[in-house]
Amino acid sequence: MSWVSVGHVRDLTPGEGRTFVVDGHQIAVFLLPDGSVRATTAVCPHRGGPLADGQIDSDVVVCPLHQYAFAFESGLCTTGEVEPVPIYAARLQDEAIHIRV
Amino acid sequence: MTRRRLLVIGNGMAGARTVEEIIHRGGKEQFDITMIGDEPYGNYNRIMLSHVLAGEATIDDDDLLLNPMSWYRDNGVTLYAGDRATRLDRFAKYVRCESGRSVSYDTLIIATGSTSFFPNIDGLRASDGHLMKGVFGFRNIEDTNGMLQMAHSRDKTHAVVIGGGLLGLEAAYGLRTQGLTVDVVHSPSYLMNQQLDERGGNVLRREIEKLGIAVHTGARTTSVHRDAADDVTGVGFADGTDLPADMVVVTAGIRPNTEFARAGGVIVERGIVVDDHMRCEDESAIYAVGECVQHRGEVYGLVAPVWEQAVTLADHLTGANPDAAYHGSRITTKLKVAGIDVAAMGVKGPERDDDEFVQFYEPSTGVYKSVVVRDGKLIGAMLLGDVSKIGYLSQAFDDKVPLPEERISMLFDLGGPGETTGAMELADDAQVCNCNGVTKGAIVDCVHRGASSLSEVIAQTRAGKGCGSCKNLVGDIVACAAGGTLEPDPAADYYVPCIPLTKPQLIAEVRDRGLRSVSAVFADLAVDGKEDATAKMPLASLLRIIWGPDWADERGALFINDRVHANIQRDGTFSVVPQMKGGVTTPDQLRKIADVADKYNVPMVKVTGGQRIDLLGIKKEELPRVWEDLGMPSGFAYGKSMRTVKTCVGSDFCRYGLGDSTALGVELETRLQGLESPAKLKMAVAGCPRNCSEALCKDVGVVAVGSGWEIYLGGAAGAHIRKGDLFTTVETPDEVLLLCGRFVQYYRENAKWLERTYDFVPRVGLDTLKSVLLDDSEGIAAELDARLQLSVEGYRDPWLERAAPRSPAQFASALPLLPLPRVPVR
Repeated sequence: MSWVSVGHVRDLTPGEGRTFVVDGHQIAVFLLPDGSVRATTAVCPHRGGPLADGQIDSDVVVCPLHQYAFAFESGLCTTGEVEPVPIYAARLQDEAIHIRV
Repeated sequence: MTRRRLLVIGNGMAGARTVEEIIHRGGKEQFDITMIGDEPYGNYNRIMLSHVLAGEATIDDDDLLLNPMSWYRDNGVTLYAGDRATRLDRFAKYVRCESGRSVSYDTLIIATGSTSFFPNIDGLRASDGHLMKGVFGFRNIEDTNGMLQMAHSRDKTHAVVIGGGLLGLEAAYGLRTQGLTVDVVHSPSYLMNQQLDERGGNVLRREIEKLGIAVHTGARTTSVHRDAADDVTGVGFADGTDLPADMVVVTAGIRPNTEFARAGGVIVERGIVVDDHMRCEDESAIYAVGECVQHRGEVYGLVAPVWEQAVTLADHLTGANPDAAYHGSRITTKLKVAGIDVAAMGVKGPERDDDEFVQFYEPSTGVYKSVVVRDGKLIGAMLLGDVSKIGYLSQAFDDKVPLPEERISMLFDLGGPGETTGAMELADDAQVCNCNGVTKGAIVDCVHRGASSLSEVIAQTRAGKGCGSCKNLVGDIVACAAGGTLEPDPAADYYVPCIPLTKPQLIAEVRDRGLRSVSAVFADLAVDGKEDATAKMPLASLLRIIWGPDWADERGALFINDRVHANIQRDGTFSVVPQMKGGVTTPDQLRKIADVADKYNVPMVKVTGGQRIDLLGIKKEELPRVWEDLGMPSGFAYGKSMRTVKTCVGSDFCRYGLGDSTALGVELETRLQGLESPAKLKMAVAGCPRNCSEALCKDVGVVAVGSGWEIYLGGAAGAHIRKGDLFTTVETPDEVLLLCGRFVQYYRENAKWLERTYDFVPRVGLDTLKSVLLDDSEGIAAELDARLQLSVEGYRDPWLERAAPRSPAQFASALPLLPLPRVPVR
């Protein structure tokens, strides 16, 4: 496991997500309103929806296809019987987005 | 007239309820009321402590407090909380307290309640009589907090509950829920032997064991084992066996608190002896109420009799009902024990040869029911696991309804009416909520006094706030009493769940405060200022309706479709539908569409139900270039907004056309294009009543009838089929444009999020719409027209964003995704 820089925080606006490919992993990165970042697998475990296109708040991302919500903290689905989404540690360093993979 | 000094010793459920009933009868004019309670709180609901222990409620819950401190202030009651009355002088008529305070009275009410009974077991009490550590009763907040602290203070805690009655099982359930290992130890041969027979007790035992609680019956506890540090290590039994334990909870019954009365010279046997007016024997100015009293030889340990006593005493003291008398209570127990419904009344089984006895026993499902009938009267009943018949049975037990010939139907609804009828059949004085002593009549009154929702009724009457087992019945009664006028809970009318405002209130707040961004709305109006992802889309829509182009666009507030002005598909690609007003196109447009489809290898080109052409399977990052090459405006096939106006060929070519529906449809679409609305809007204009453009099943439909145009509202032919309501008939296309626009604006401002017009129109009512929008009964027509005009003028083709993206990520790919079945190129 190591921290990898995937892009610049200026590539995002608060509340938006974006997919980065790191080392064969597709990772959706979200910029929260408080300026911190969160990261999940880019693919919704339900039907493969693009999580980076989802809407977020400080706790969850909502997949745009069928509105299943997943907690950033645990990856668990908070709205139904869908398997959890894998999550990644994410942080900002000098405006660079770092993901631990 | 000077007011008499009324002093109440005890601020528990009996004392406070009595004072409440006295005040309710105008007692504030007659009495200066003082209360002394040894607990440092207002009056709380002891029944709720089981929920607190089980983690279903907290000590801070509003539901727990029946009378907060403010209640005493507001009602002019002096409360000395956290002080204990120690001495009564019934000749000088004063009471002295532990604090040294002395309070004189003209009338005294003793409501000292009862305390946990601790049997004679070695290791329970220290030599000075105090409970040793690790031993708890289950009676008050202190006990409950103590148990919770102990439960949370260590990883593995083993609790032994001594006493398998109602309270013991509640304690065991609560501790089990907190994750403890729990054993229930019961001296008699089966659980809840006060209320149940052996068979019932055994059914209950199986259900309790399913919860992971070990049960030991016929086990008399004789000692609590302790180590050198005096910590509990186990309990020992009469037969020489023992159990390991870290804590011991004693629920072996209660004993009336009579010491204060006895020491003051009041006559006490098992409890403080009272007559039918709740007056103490041989006293003129001293009364007693609640679990501390003995009435006609009976001492009660349930809340329902206490409520009856409180009412009688208040009636008597205030003179509200001089004939008031308490004759004792017939005990009907209806409880939720450890999540299991239990009800019992009267005798447990047949006692004479000719007693009728009906019994149903199904241990596998945990259901056990029985009734005992003597001389055509119900004298006993027991229900476990299914208490649906309790309403009827408690009526029968009180001789309020005749018994059916088929006795078995007392236990089952044999194809008969269900519970709702049960609510109808109940007599007004039937007690529905036993925890808080609320009758059907009180609930019905509450509705008639104007309570319009179940939550309001529960808040005002407290029915259903105890164990909760009567909530369904309360709901049925409220629904019956309201006779269909029941409003949904206010929360059902909030525009979004996290902001406690209806849509009109929210619009007013947003305008007043000048909130232009979704984040500002959350910060100013949401509970705790917290964002909620699912509320963003409805709020963004509302802000765009209010401010038009002047709303503060935050990317995160928009659903993906509204960020990229295209409809997301199952594989993460998008569909592109160019504008084609009224479904009229040109060879040039068709060529462009064909060229784009070739250039971008569009997997599918399809004609839509709204007379448009759809390009499916466009990648997100290609959208700006596709729009550029099309050179056509957006057709809005992706938003909660005005989408399409279908038209027929109208009068230019059609042999039957009565009006130029094509031109009017194009005009209508030009005026309303792209307007955000609570849900999608689909319209149509037909040139004659043959209705080729299906105007009768559209949100707004316009039909030419020769002399003018009919306007239909609220039609649908999707998941729901509804013929639109004829709103009005007008003479000119201009009037059509004006009135359709006015309706759309009214719908935008008043419909709930995602409420289609086929729900909105019947909800508001056609007559209301006619009077507001046609006759201007509210004087808002001009404002609606003006606000719509602003929105119309604010229209801008969103596909122009191709030249200036709103954010760096707007058209960034979120693909590739899972390999889904490729849509075949046809």
